Amino acid sequence: MSPIQTPVSLMSLFLVFFRVGLFSFGGGLSGWIYREVVTLRGWISDEDFFSGLALSQILPGANVTNLTVYIGQRLRGPVGAVSALVGLVIGPFFAVIAMVSAYAQLAAMPWIQDAMSGAAAAAIGLLLIVAVKGAYSSSRRLVPFLILMTTFVTVGLLQWPLVPVVLGLAPVSVAFAWWQSSSDA
Amino acid sequence: MRENALWSLIVVFVPFSLVSIGGGPSIFAGIQHQSVEVYHWVTAREFVDLFAIARAAPGPGSMLVTLLGWKVAGWTGAIVATLALFVPSSLLCYGITKIWNHYRGRHWHTALENGLAPIGAGLILAGVFAIFRIAGAGILSWVIAGVAAAVLALRPQLNPLTLLAGGAVAFALWHSMVPQFN
Repeated sequence: MSPIQTPVSLMSLFLVFFRVGLFSFGGGLSGWIYREVVTLRGWISDEDFFSGLALSQILPGANVTNLTVYIGQRLRGPVGAVSALVGLVIGPFFAVIAMVSAYAQLAAMPWIQDAMSGAAAAAIGLLLIVAVKGAYSSSRRLVPFLILMTTFVTVGLLQWPLVPVVLGLAPVSVAFAWWQSSSDA
Repeated sequence: MRENALWSLIVVFVPFSLVSIGGGPSIFAGIQHQSVEVYHWVTAREFVDLFAIARAAPGPGSMLVTLLGWKVAGWTGAIVATLALFVPSSLLCYGITKIWNHYRGRHWHTALENGLAPIGAGLILAGVFAIFRIAGAGILSWVIAGVAAAVLALRPQLNPLTLLAGGAVAFALWHSMVPQFN
């Protein structure tokens, strides 16, 4: 899928990220963003998304806000980045304050916490889809697949610190991609 | 006094913004130290509550700082703290992204992009595990996540809110019927 040619309107950028911000419980935000921006709208390609994701994880800052800035910048430059970022953060801003004000009442109703855990678990399903999709597109060649598995095993299972792992793997992976594209050309 | 409080929010959170490599979790311990032991904005107990709220609420977990700002100086505090944490890292990210996208199409850029993509995908996969580990999730959470993923794979157009609501109902019902399991 190639990026679309007509510019995305600032309002739709804002609204997409507003929805992602407000309805994403339990850490599934990148999954939502992928769904909205790549699957449903085709605003950016798979490679665009996943490389932007790796970039946003290495840089300081919350991964989702970085990914949001990345996509906003890519689509509409500085105003795009601001629209997307404000859209993402404004809903949760009021939501956390509302929740802290109602905390005593919320804590008295255990089913609310159960319901939230359930919603969070379903949100992980979104993330799982993205993980499978990424694994699929990387597994067409052996080396990218090995890189993906090494990343997963070291960071996910062995809980090694993320940044050194990424900085260690990136040169290998990029060198392979360079060699690959040179030999394809 | 109020200006002092706002100023200290900025002084504390701006540096955290620029060192939070790997996102919120990497700075939570430091934020706790500053806000509980150094500045006495909240007690240790309050901090844990705020942390839980920020995790349960929608949005990035780093919205924790919004709550700390709120505790310190109401609405102004919440706004100042949120900006202090999100603006510096976003500016940095913007600059790097701009350079990144400027060189799109060059050979080395394509190589970088194709090289980083499998790492990004691996990190997402790792993230799925990490979230479950932090949440101390039981088998039920895995089942709900698996079912949600399967449903979405078959029906990509389905609104995820339907799934979230389904997950919420399933979890609450299961716990009210089978309270001994977690």
